[in-house]
Amino acid sequence: MKKDIEKIKKIDVQVVEDIAVGAALLGTGGGGDPYVGKLMAIQALQKNGPVELIDVDDIPDDALVVPVAMMGAPTVLVEKVPSGKEIFKAFDSLQSFLGKEVYAVLPIEAGGVNSMIPIMVAAEKKLPLVDVDGMGRAFPELQMVTYHLYGVSATPMVLADEKGNSILLHTISNFWTESLARNATVVMGGSVMIAIYPMTGKDLKRAGIRNVISYSAQIGRAIREAHKKGEDPIEALLEVTGGYMLFKGKISDVQRRTTGGFVRGEAHIDGIDQYKGEAMTINFQNENLIARRNGKVVATVPDLICTVDAHTALPITTEGLRYGQRVFIIGIPCDKKWRTEKGIETVGPRYFGYDVDYIPLEELNRG
Amino acid sequence: MEYRIGIDVGGTNTDAVLVNENMELIESVKVPTTKDVSSGIFEALNKVLDKSNIDRKKIKYAMLGTTHATNAIAERKRLCKTAIIRIGKPATEAIAPLVGWPKDLVEAVGNHYYLIAGGNEFDGREISPLDEDELRKIAKEIKGKVESVAVISVFSPVSNKHELRAKEILQEVLGEIPISLSHEIGSLGLLERENATVLNAALVEVARTTANSFKDALKREGLTEATVYLCQNDGTLMSIDYAMRYPILTIACGPTNSIRGAAFLSKLENALVLDVGGTTSDIGVISQGFPRESSIAVEIGGVRTNFRMPDLISLALGGGTIIREENGEIKVGPESVGYRITEEALVFGGKTITATDIAVRLGLAEVGSKEKVKDIPLEFAKRAHAKMQEMINEAIDKMKTSKEPQPLVLVGGGSIIVADEVHGVNEIVRPKNFGVANALGAAIAQVSGEIDRIYSLSDMSREAALNDAKQRAINEAIKAGANPESVDVVYVEDIPLAYLPGNAVRIRVKAAGNLI
Repeated sequence: MKKDIEKIKKIDVQVVEDIAVGAALLGTGGGGDPYVGKLMAIQALQKNGPVELIDVDDIPDDALVVPVAMMGAPTVLVEKVPSGKEIFKAFDSLQSFLGKEVYAVLPIEAGGVNSMIPIMVAAEKKLPLVDVDGMGRAFPELQMVTYHLYGVSATPMVLADEKGNSILLHTISNFWTESLARNATVVMGGSVMIAIYPMTGKDLKRAGIRNVISYSAQIGRAIREAHKKGEDPIEALLEVTGGYMLFKGKISDVQRRTTGGFVRGEAHIDGIDQYKGEAMTINFQNENLIARRNGKVVATVPDLICTVDAHTALPITTEGLRYGQRVFIIGIPCDKKWRTEKGIETVGPRYFGYDVDYIPLEELNRG
Repeated sequence: MEYRIGIDVGGTNTDAVLVNENMELIESVKVPTTKDVSSGIFEALNKVLDKSNIDRKKIKYAMLGTTHATNAIAERKRLCKTAIIRIGKPATEAIAPLVGWPKDLVEAVGNHYYLIAGGNEFDGREISPLDEDELRKIAKEIKGKVESVAVISVFSPVSNKHELRAKEILQEVLGEIPISLSHEIGSLGLLERENATVLNAALVEVARTTANSFKDALKREGLTEATVYLCQNDGTLMSIDYAMRYPILTIACGPTNSIRGAAFLSKLENALVLDVGGTTSDIGVISQGFPRESSIAVEIGGVRTNFRMPDLISLALGGGTIIREENGEIKVGPESVGYRITEEALVFGGKTITATDIAVRLGLAEVGSKEKVKDIPLEFAKRAHAKMQEMINEAIDKMKTSKEPQPLVLVGGGSIIVADEVHGVNEIVRPKNFGVANALGAAIAQVSGEIDRIYSLSDMSREAALNDAKQRAINEAIKAGANPESVDVVYVEDIPLAYLPGNAVRIRVKAAGNLI
C-alpha cells in the first residue's frame, strides 16, 4: 500500500533535487532529463529564496490559476538551452489577455522537465505554487490531462520561443489545441514554453490530481536517504509508492520507429536473479505504455510503468534506454480519475492503438 | 619488415610493445609508472627498443596511450586561461557557462565567458545571424589575457558554419592562438559539450609539451621514420597534430586499450573481457571489436560531459588483494598490497596472504615459490577461492546481455587468480601475452570518423539519411588517415526526437579503418 503523502510547504534547493528524481520516475520514461530545468529552477531559488507550496483547498474558488510548462523535444531543450525569458513572455501575455491577476501557478504533468519549470516561474514571480497537477505522471499530448476530463478548455493558451515570438491560441477543442500547438512548436524551433489551461480555483479543486509535488519530493527523498543509510533504494521506492515489482533484468534490445510524429518503440528485457529465464517487453510511445512478462500483460496505461537503474533506483527515460542496462521495472497504480470511462478513452491502451483492454495493475498482479 | 610500437600508461605500470607488420608481438616490457608520466614512457620506450635490437629506421608507427591530460585536470595544473565564447543568444541565456564546475577548476581556467547572437535550430535554420561585430569586440578585449579559446555554437553538430566563421574572425584579431571548436569535440547536449570544449581548450599547453617531448624522445632513440599517434578513449587513434588540438579525447583511453588488445589477442569480435590488475579488475564487453559504451553522463575532474566511455564494472579484486579470516569468515579485500606484491605476497617471500598465493596454493598458477604457500590450509584456500570466484561470477552476470553463454577473455597481470570455470561463460580464452594487452591495444588501434546529427525525414527517407550519415562518418575516417578499403561502419544509432512531428531523427555513426 502506498504510504501517506507527507505534505511539504516550502521548496528549497534540496527539495528541488528530490522533486526532480521523483517526477522523472512518475514521468514513466517520458518527460525528458530534468538537468537543464533543474539548473534553471535552482538559479531562480538562489536568487529569490524558497517557493511557497500551497494546498488546492487554500485557493479561493474564483481565483485564476495557470499551469506553465515546456512543450517539444527534450533533446532540443538540452542543446538549445532556453533564454529563460520565454516562459515569462507566455505567462505575462496570457495574464494580460485574461485581464486578471494570476493567483498561483502549477505544473501540467509530473516529468523531469515540467516539474521544474513551474518552480522557476513561482520563484521569479513570487507566486505560490499549487501542490497539484493534471496527470500524476507524464503523457505526450495536451488533452491528456484530468482537466480535459472535467471539461476545462486548454485555451486561451500562449506559446513563446526564445527568439521573442509568441502565439495566442483560441480553439474549438483540446484536440485542435494539441495539433495546432504541436505544429507551431516545430516551426518555432522544437522547444517552446507555454501557459495553458487557465482555470478557476473551483475547477482545479474538481479536476486536479492532488499533492503530486509533495509525492514527487517524497519519492526522491526516499531514494536519496536509502543511499545515504546504505539501504536498498529499490525497497524504499516500492515502499513509498506502493508500487509492484514487475521485473528485474538486462535490456537486450531497443527498437524505435517514428509513426505519425511519435517515437514508438519496444524494449526487450532478459530476466536476472529471481526472473532468470523470463522475458519482459515494454511498448513505449515517449512514455512506457504496456508491459508484458513472458507474453502476458502485467501493466498498461494509465497505470505507471517505470524503468529504474537496478543499482541506484534512479529513473531512466525511454530516450536513455540502452542495450545492456540493468533495470527494475516497477508498476504504480494511477490516480482514480484516470480509471473512469472518459479517462480510459483519453489515455487507455486503445487510444494509443493497442488492442488491449485496460485492467487495473492491482488485478493483473494479484497473488 | 616494418614495425610499430605501442605504449600504454597505467596506474601501476607503463607497458610498451613492439609488433611487426603482421601484428605479431616481437617484444614487450613493463616499467613502473612515474609521477611525471613522461620519464616512465621514455624508459619503457628505451627498454623495448634495446631488448628487440631491430633497425630503428624500420619502425613506422608509434602509438601512445597516456594519462597526461587526465592528471592535469585532476591536479588542476598547467591549465591554460581560456576564453569561452558561446554562440546562441538569446537562446541559452538561462544557464551561464561553467555552472556546476568545482571552484578551483574555474579559477584554473579563469572565468572569462561571453554570449553572442547566432547559432542554429535542430533542422539547421539559423536562430539568428552570427554577431560578427560583437565577436571582434570580444577578441580585442581578450587579447593578451587568455592563452586559449573555446567556441560553442547551438546545434553545431548539425551546422558548424558559425563556429568555423568565428574561428576565422578570432584568428584575424588574435593571430595564432589555439581555438577549440565544440562540433569537433562533443555531441548534442550544449552544456556537456561546452564543458568538454572548455576542458580541451585548457589542456592544449599540456598536450603540446607532451607531444613535443614524446617526439623528442623518439628522435633521441633514432626513430626518425615513425609517425606518431595518440590513443583516444573510443579505441581509435589521432595524429599527434590533431591530439595537440583535441587533447580531451585522450582522457581514459587505458581501459579501452585493454579491451581492444584482448579482442585482438583472442581474435574474438564479441566477448566479455576481464582485465585483472593488482588491486582491481575491470569487466568490459567487446562488441564488433570495439568496447561497448556506457550511456551515463561522465564526469571528468568533477565536470559533467557527454563523452562515450567504455561500459565497465570494476571490482575490488586483483592479484594483490589481501585475504584474511575474521570471526571465522573469510574476507577478500578490498585492501591490496598493490605494486608491492613482489615483496609482500607469500610466494615472493613476504608475510601477507594475497589472492595470488591462494591461486598458487591450489595449483591454478605457478608464480614465485610454491613451497612458501604450503602452510596455507587447503580448506582455507578452497573457501577463499570460492569467494573470489563468486565475486567474478556475479560481476560477469551483470555485464552479460543474453542468456546464451559467451566467451570470456582473461587479460592483465593478475588474471592467473581466475579458475577455468566461470558461470555463464562457455569458453575461457587466456591469450599469450595477456599481461600487455593494453599496450597491444594501443599498437593495433585503428583510426575512426564519427558523426552525430539530426536529420529531418520529411524530405528524405530513413534509409537515405542513414546512408548519408554512414558516408560522412566514412569520409571522416579517411580524413583521419584510414585506408579507404579497410573502413567499416562499426556503430550506428538512430533515435527519433520525442514529442516532435516532422520525423526528425538523431543519427550517430562511427566508422573505423586501418592506417594506410
